[in-house]
Amino acid sequence: MLADKDRIFTNLYGFQDWGLKAAQQRGDWDDTKSLIARGHDNIIEEVKASGLRGRGGAGFPTGLKWSFMPKESKDGRPSFLVINADESEPGSCKDREIIRHDPHKLIEGALVAGYAMRARAAYIYIRGEYIREAETLQAAIDEAYDAGLIGKNASKSGYDFDVFLHRGAGAYICGEETAMIESLEGKKGQPRLKPPFPAGAGLYGCPTTVNNVESIAVVPTILRRGASWFASFGRENNKGTKLFQISGHVNKPCVVEEALSIPFSELIEKHCGGIIGGKDNLLAVIPGGSSVPLVPAEQIWDAPMDFDGLKDLGSGLGTAGVIVMDKSTDIVRAISRLSYFYKHESCGQCTPCREGTGWMWRMMERLRTGDAAIEEIDMLQQVTKQVEGHTICALGDAAAWPIQGLIRHFRPELERRIEEHNAKFAPDTLEAAE
Amino acid sequence: MADRSPAPDTPELRERWGAFEFNESYRARADKAIARYPEGRQRSAVMPLLDLAQRQVGEETNTQGWLPLPVIEYVADYLDMPVIRVLEVASFYFMYNMKPVGKYHVQVCGTTPCMLRGSDGLFETCKKRGMKKGHVSEDGLWTLTEVECMGNCATAPMVQINDDNYEDLTPERLDTILDALAKGEQPKAGTQEPGRHTSEPANALSSLEAMVDENHDYRSEWS
Repeated sequence: MLADKDRIFTNLYGFQDWGLKAAQQRGDWDDTKSLIARGHDNIIEEVKASGLRGRGGAGFPTGLKWSFMPKESKDGRPSFLVINADESEPGSCKDREIIRHDPHKLIEGALVAGYAMRARAAYIYIRGEYIREAETLQAAIDEAYDAGLIGKNASKSGYDFDVFLHRGAGAYICGEETAMIESLEGKKGQPRLKPPFPAGAGLYGCPTTVNNVESIAVVPTILRRGASWFASFGRENNKGTKLFQISGHVNKPCVVEEALSIPFSELIEKHCGGIIGGKDNLLAVIPGGSSVPLVPAEQIWDAPMDFDGLKDLGSGLGTAGVIVMDKSTDIVRAISRLSYFYKHESCGQCTPCREGTGWMWRMMERLRTGDAAIEEIDMLQQVTKQVEGHTICALGDAAAWPIQGLIRHFRPELERRIEEHNAKFAPDTLEAAE
Repeated sequence: MADRSPAPDTPELRERWGAFEFNESYRARADKAIARYPEGRQRSAVMPLLDLAQRQVGEETNTQGWLPLPVIEYVADYLDMPVIRVLEVASFYFMYNMKPVGKYHVQVCGTTPCMLRGSDGLFETCKKRGMKKGHVSEDGLWTLTEVECMGNCATAPMVQINDDNYEDLTPERLDTILDALAKGEQPKAGTQEPGRHTSEPANALSSLEAMVDENHDYRSEWS
C-alpha cells in the first residue's frame, strides 16, 4: 500500500482547511519561483521523465502533449492552458476532491504547467453542477492573486500568468477538449473537427493545451520530489500515483490515492472494506468510468489497475472511476442506464451518435425486459460498430463500448431473458391459455 | 439529446419580464465575469451571464429561477450578440431552466453509480410527497428532475437541491431533508452518513490518519 508520505493529495478528505495558509503549511507554493527558474524545457523534460500520463481518461503522455505547443509566437497570438474540471463521467469524482480540498495544488500546477508550455493564462473549466466547489476554487484563486503568487510577476518569477475560472452549465460533452473550447468561447459545446488540433488553433484560434485537473495538480510535487520518485510507482509505462474512485457495491465506497498497477483485489480489500457480501458475490466491474467496457469478476480480481493492464482485459483505466456491481445487480439495466446517459448527453451534431444513442438505448430497454429476438443482439452489436469511430468526437465510441462489453460477457443472460419473455407468447402456451 | 424548448412567447410573459434588467449587485457580478475574457471576446461570458440572470429571476420569484425569452434577449443585448446565439446556448445546457421551477429544484441523480446505491428509493420518496418529474408541485415548493451523474459517486446516492448537495442518502434521510426545507430550515449539506466527513471510507479511514487532527506536513518524511 502507498505510504502516506508518498501521497500527493494529503488533504484529500478535507479534514484540514483548504485555504492558502494551511496549504502552504502542507508544502504548496513552497519556493515556486525556483521551480519556474528551471526553465520551460527542463520542466517539460522532467514531466516526460516522470512517465505522467493524462489523468482525464485517454492517458496521453502529459509532457509530450506540452511539447506540441509553439516555443515562440511568430504572429503575436498568445497560448492558453485550459484545465478540464468538467468531471462528468459516471463513476468519476476525484477532481471534485482536489478542487474543494486542495485547490492550491491545482492553481500552483496551473502556473508551473502554464509557464512550461509558454501560456499567457489558464482557464479552468469547471462543471456547472460543482457550485460550492467553484466557490471554493474562486476564493482560492483570489487568495493566490492577493498573495502575488499568480498575476503579474507570478511568485516573483518575472513571468506574468493569469488564472480564470469558467463555470459550465450541465453538458457532459464539454469534457471533450474541443467542445470545451467552443463552450469557453460562448457557444454550444459541440466538438470541432480535428485537425487543426488545439495546440495549433484552440481557444480563440490560439495554441491551446487542454489538461485534466489531476494531471496539472500533481506537477508541482513531481518537480519537487523528482521524476524518479514519481516513476518509482507502478509498472513500466504506467507510472505514478493516481486517485481511484470506488463506487457501487463495496462496503466502503471512497476516493483514495494509490500507486498505479495496484491489484484490484488490494484496492477493494484495503480501502473499501471488500465487496458487499464477499468476494464471491462480485458480478462485474466497470473499471474506468462509464465509457469503458465492463470486466467480469473472475478476470478483474487479480488485474493490475493501470492503463495497460485493463486494456489487456478489453477495457481501460479511463478516469479510474471504478463501478463495482455485485450479484444483486440487474446488469442489463445497469448498462441500459448508461445508454440513456449517452442518449441524454449526445450533443446532436453527428447523425450516427444523435440517432444511434437513442436507438441503442431503446434496444437496450427491450433487452432488459427480454422483449426482443435473439438475432437482435447481433443487430445491436452491428449498430454499435456503425456508431463507433464514425463521429467527430469519442462520445459515440463511449456509448458503444459499454454495450459491446455487455454483449461480450453477458450474452447468455441476454438470451435467457429473451427466451423467458418469448416463452410466454409461444404458440403452445397461447393455445393452453385459450 | 434532451428536449428543451423555450416557454411560449405570450403577451403575459412580455408584460412580466419585458423590463428585466440586472440589479446593481448582479450587474457588478456580470461585468466582473465579462472582464475575465480577452478584449473583443465578451460573448465568452454568455454562460455566466445566463446563470446570473437565472439567479436574479429566482430571487424575484422566490424559486431557483428560469430563463424567460425576454431575459434571454436582455442577455443578448448586454453582450451585443444575436438572440438566437444566446437562445441556443440556453437551450443546449441543462442547468438553464427553460420553464418555471419550484422554490426547491430537487435534482435526483439516477445514473448507474447512484442507481446501484439505491436512487430508485429516492425517486419513490419524492413521488410519495407528490412530486412529479418536470412539474412544479401545487404548493410551488418543489420541482423534481432526474439528472445525470453529478460526480458524487463515492458518496452515492445523492440529490442536488438548488446550490447544495446531499449525499449518502436513504429514503428516510431524504425525507428529513425535504421536511427541513419545507419548514424553511437549511439542513446540513454533504454526506448524511453519521461519522463520515467527506469521501473517505466511512468510519474506516485507510490512509492519511495523521491529517484528521492536525494539518500534518509530510515533507520531513520525504527521502
